[in-house]
Amino acid sequence: MTKFEEKQPSVSVDKLMWMYEQMVKIRYYEDQMVEAYTEGKSPVFNIGEGPVPGEMHLATGQEPAAAGMMVHLTKDDTVTAPHRPHHHAIAKGVDLKKMTAEIFGKETGLGKGKGGHMHLFDPQAKFSCGGIVAAGIPHAVGAAMANKMKGKDWVAVAFIGEGAANAGAFHESLNLAALWNLPLIVVVEDNSYGISVPKKSSTSIESNDLRASAYGVAGAYVKDNDPVAMYKASEEAVNRARNGQGPTIIEIETFRFLGHFQGDPELYRDKEEVPGLRARDPIMKLRQQLLDAEHVNEKELEEIETRAKQQVDEAYQFARDSDYPKPEAALDDVFTS
Amino acid sequence: METAKKRMLTGNKAMAEAIAQEMENDKNVFVLGEDIGKYGGIFGSTQGLMEKFGPERVLDTPISETAFIGAAIGAAAEGMRPIAELMFVDFFGVCMDQIYNHMAKIPYMSGGNVRLPMVLMTSVGGGYSDAAQHSQTLYATFAHMPGMKVVAPSTPYDLKGMMTSAIRDDNPVVFMFHKSLQGLGWMDQLDYAVGHVPEESYTVPLDKANVMREGKDVTIVGIQMMTHHAMEAAERLSQDGIEAEVIDLRSLAPIDKDTIINSVKKTHRLVVVDEDYRSYGMTAEIAAIVSEEALYELESPIKRLAIPDVPIPYSHMLEDFVLPGPDKIVETVKQMMDEA
Repeated sequence: MTKFEEKQPSVSVDKLMWMYEQMVKIRYYEDQMVEAYTEGKSPVFNIGEGPVPGEMHLATGQEPAAAGMMVHLTKDDTVTAPHRPHHHAIAKGVDLKKMTAEIFGKETGLGKGKGGHMHLFDPQAKFSCGGIVAAGIPHAVGAAMANKMKGKDWVAVAFIGEGAANAGAFHESLNLAALWNLPLIVVVEDNSYGISVPKKSSTSIESNDLRASAYGVAGAYVKDNDPVAMYKASEEAVNRARNGQGPTIIEIETFRFLGHFQGDPELYRDKEEVPGLRARDPIMKLRQQLLDAEHVNEKELEEIETRAKQQVDEAYQFARDSDYPKPEAALDDVFTS
Repeated sequence: METAKKRMLTGNKAMAEAIAQEMENDKNVFVLGEDIGKYGGIFGSTQGLMEKFGPERVLDTPISETAFIGAAIGAAAEGMRPIAELMFVDFFGVCMDQIYNHMAKIPYMSGGNVRLPMVLMTSVGGGYSDAAQHSQTLYATFAHMPGMKVVAPSTPYDLKGMMTSAIRDDNPVVFMFHKSLQGLGWMDQLDYAVGHVPEESYTVPLDKANVMREGKDVTIVGIQMMTHHAMEAAERLSQDGIEAEVIDLRSLAPIDKDTIINSVKKTHRLVVVDEDYRSYGMTAEIAAIVSEEALYELESPIKRLAIPDVPIPYSHMLEDFVLPGPDKIVETVKQMMDEA
């Protein structure tokens, strides 16, 4: 038993290693996206220019939510995500090359260039996301229904931002999932802002896990963007759902290191805020925990980091090398048969 | 020689029979919506299903259209074949995001990788003083959005056959049934709300209009109640020596252009009748199609009959005034013939 497991016997260090690799991959992926997105947008920023046009919502700093939940999921479990979806997609095992090609608008993309960064669909990984706040929760409810009807112990997880907890779809979905005792987990990523509006100006309650009592379901709160705490809360929620014990709401206090979207001037937050958050980087925290546990050494962590970066680099290269769709392909796929 | 009496069913029973037969054939088919269980659907669309299939596959939902229509989308993406009922089409406002932004677009945005084999059935239509929030058809509101098949059958035979096709289709189908054509005991008793329906399962295509009556002088295109009004008008016109061809559109999307254009090529006159608002609607769409593809076949300008861009009023006197009916159709056709 490692030192870490002596202190926290319920936590598998191997699984933490998996989380670490995902988090590093996500971070590097988003860092590369900052670069790719900036291409063609200087000296004058024009949202429609460059190899990656359109809106771009990055998840830098929010890695623990995705990695800590996905470590407990299998390919058979369903995940729905919102407009800021890259961390969920990567941790859920979405095809990285096709995902990146989609974001570059290429014909080899997940949606043949019809979806873009907010609309990634990978049925093999049972992953989807969308650009309408809170709208993915009902889809996860439906997946949970389907799982139950098929007699499977598969679960469905809806990731949302804290702003989505004030939308009607949140309430309707949780009432329905609780009523039908569905294997649904809603993960609320509280990154403090709905675009520019701070949570305290939008939400009548301290944290959204407290809303669980309104539906008679379980609630859990993860503070300080802590990967290990997210791991534990998620494990409990997944076990509960798999065992037919109904839904859970998890809220995680997470950090948005970047703007709501790239190009956001962020005039609504203090200049000191982001450096303060970056000083509490969850990846560095987990890295130190793994080293302290004497489970791995520096060299092994570097190998993981190199491997993760290589996969990301390959995905970006694949995206850049791929062809754009033929213009008239815009007319295909309105109907699927 | 046919001696056996034809099997007659009301519209609602024809629909419910199609759903029951498909539920028997395919365990992935299930129904969810408000009051569709023991009540059997406020307009009878699910009559008898709860007794036959139980609450596991016939699910009464809370008044949460966003949640349960969204859940139908999520379940369809997992390979189920849900049928969700939106009790009145007028209630679309509380769940249009799920319909417009998700149900209609996910297959496209996924490059065809996600299929949504689901039916959204909903009741439409007025004529019984249910006023502005419970009487609309909103045909065009749904047909306008790419990515959904939108059908509105007019006869019990088509209600069954098109429902069977809708359930078997791998795309989202909005299935609109007209309240007055369900043959319910507590509404007007209309002869055409009861009709021949074979017991065995059959399909009617989701993209073909139906020529209900052949004629040489004028083409009248309608849908649901307007088709039946057009038929009545055609009988009256016939007594005056005018033979109208009546087309029951049946499918708003995809629209069967060929049947309309072929008819116009024969009659050279076109009247379009709609129980939806006049502007930007079905009448405008058909007029545009014929203008683009058969303008020189026309001997007189196209005439449109529709709700004159007002919300549907409550009082009989007012509602009757705004809804097109046989009198208005007869009058319009006669005017058209006189002008020629």
